[in-house]
Amino acid sequence: MASLPPIDLPSNATGAGAFDAPAGVEGNPLFEYLLRLGDDSLVLGQRLSEWCGHAPSVEVDLSLANMALDLIGQATLFLDYAGEVEGKGRDGDSLAFHRDVLDFRCCWLVEQPNGDFARTMARQCLFSTWQHLLFGRLAGSADERIAAIAAKAVKEVAYHRELASEWVIRLGDGTEESRRRMADGLDWTWRFVAELFEMDPLAGFMAEKGIGTDLAAFRADYDAAVRAVIEQATLPPPPDQRPILGGRRGHHSEHLGHLLATMQFLPRTYPDARW
Amino acid sequence: MYTTELQKTASLGATEDPERLAAFEARVAADEFIEPKDWMPEAYRRTLTRQISQHAHSEIVGMLPEGNWIGRAPSLRRKAILLAKVQDEAGHGLYLYSAAETLGTSREEMIEALHSGKAKYSTIFNYPTLTWADIGAIGWLVDGAAIMNQVPLQRTSYGPYARAMVRVCKEESFHQRQGYEIMMVLAAGTPDQKRMAQDALNRWWWPSLMMFGPPDADSPNTAQSMRWRIKRETNDELRQKFVDITVPQADALGLSVPDPALRWDKARGHYDYGEIDWEEFYAVVRGEGPVAKERIAARRQAWEDGAWVRDAAAAHARKHGRREAA
Repeated sequence: MASLPPIDLPSNATGAGAFDAPAGVEGNPLFEYLLRLGDDSLVLGQRLSEWCGHAPSVEVDLSLANMALDLIGQATLFLDYAGEVEGKGRDGDSLAFHRDVLDFRCCWLVEQPNGDFARTMARQCLFSTWQHLLFGRLAGSADERIAAIAAKAVKEVAYHRELASEWVIRLGDGTEESRRRMADGLDWTWRFVAELFEMDPLAGFMAEKGIGTDLAAFRADYDAAVRAVIEQATLPPPPDQRPILGGRRGHHSEHLGHLLATMQFLPRTYPDARW
Repeated sequence: MYTTELQKTASLGATEDPERLAAFEARVAADEFIEPKDWMPEAYRRTLTRQISQHAHSEIVGMLPEGNWIGRAPSLRRKAILLAKVQDEAGHGLYLYSAAETLGTSREEMIEALHSGKAKYSTIFNYPTLTWADIGAIGWLVDGAAIMNQVPLQRTSYGPYARAMVRVCKEESFHQRQGYEIMMVLAAGTPDQKRMAQDALNRWWWPSLMMFGPPDADSPNTAQSMRWRIKRETNDELRQKFVDITVPQADALGLSVPDPALRWDKARGHYDYGEIDWEEFYAVVRGEGPVAKERIAARRQAWEDGAWVRDAAAAHARKHGRREAA
């Protein structure tokens, strides 16, 4: 079985061009770090909520809305805290609704359109497995607020991970059609996994401070967990793909701008209004 | 959400055993609950199946007009509340389908009837949600009307339906308050927001009054449904209650109810209100509402697009001998 994409990204990514060159540690690193955490949850929550009313069954509709709600809740906590840390009078809402693409710090994986249900579940399994391992570690963060948010969220995300993994297995080992769709879903999302583990200077700095964590430390656990799900789904492991990077520095997919245009329309159209 | 009983109630067949029928009617008259395994007249079973499944369909179709605004909710808090609310509607749909299934019709059959146009759902959901204020107006007026209809149904004679209504009513009352709170903020907001709020009230007022169903004089089946305690108050009684409670709420918001005939009748102790356009109501019942085609198309598409997922879940469960988890 082929392994997941290699993670020695600095050698892979540096010199690859301005688009995905890692940024240095500038400005307020804690603020930047909180944006990464908050924006991942916000953008994925927004995506999942697009399913509401359109899922394959009422039960699935309920489960997707549940996950979306958890993610919006996490985003609120992280972004409100980011606003406090920044100290310029912004709160979670102003950060969510009044930043443009270049200032968003989410990864490419969460921006991806829902596609069919298989692609949505591929995205969820790959992301929630990572977020679960990440929050498990951040629950011991030297920053008490981050530790408290992660300790609460890790329980929610354990359920997201389980639910999505079960769907990957069910669809991979379901019918011919579901198997083909599940393989396509994994193929679409696979190139975005490496970004989850990218240790750029900011991530390294936060890990050194004990606020963040060394992402490489749980890469092997992640690979093993994802591999086990794909095996149980009786699917061949997706071939390695060139990692796509840039989200953590504001260089995103084309999809993010459209997502923001929808999400931000009211507060931007009526900047003086309170809701 | 609640759906009025939109189709003719089947007449009581002459084939029922008179002794069993008398015993059944005595139980109902004594306010006992009828349970799934109890004997019941076929007409009672059919009427209830139709009413509960219409109610379930209304919950599910009702997710669409509100779901239309989840992605554009104007704050993180509003987004979370609206998601939770629409999710509650899905939950209501689920218990109601389950309650209807206890009468012997499968969920698939009921969904098929919705998609083919054979089964109806509340007319209110065939109107579009144009602005954020519509989310406030739906919570305030549509859920407000739903509560008015559903509170008496907690004492309806069929046990599973009555018990489902207990939980549904608690959640609807939260929905109604969140809707009114949205309206309060808008009505006290900028001129643009106030305009949205007034326009939403203008558009949703009359369709909300129509939710209670045709006037009693044109509702010949009410008597039978009341006798069987499927229904506990008439359409016009409930409608009057709704008007009496809602008009002062509109006044408190500083919004005008779009009815020039509206006035307090001191002698009756009720508001008088203008003539409802029943032609519009019947047109919407026939499927001619402004977005009726969009609503059914969206439901059909979700169901058809999801077929391979449901098939896969069933195939996986068969292979592994486990209960279907989908």
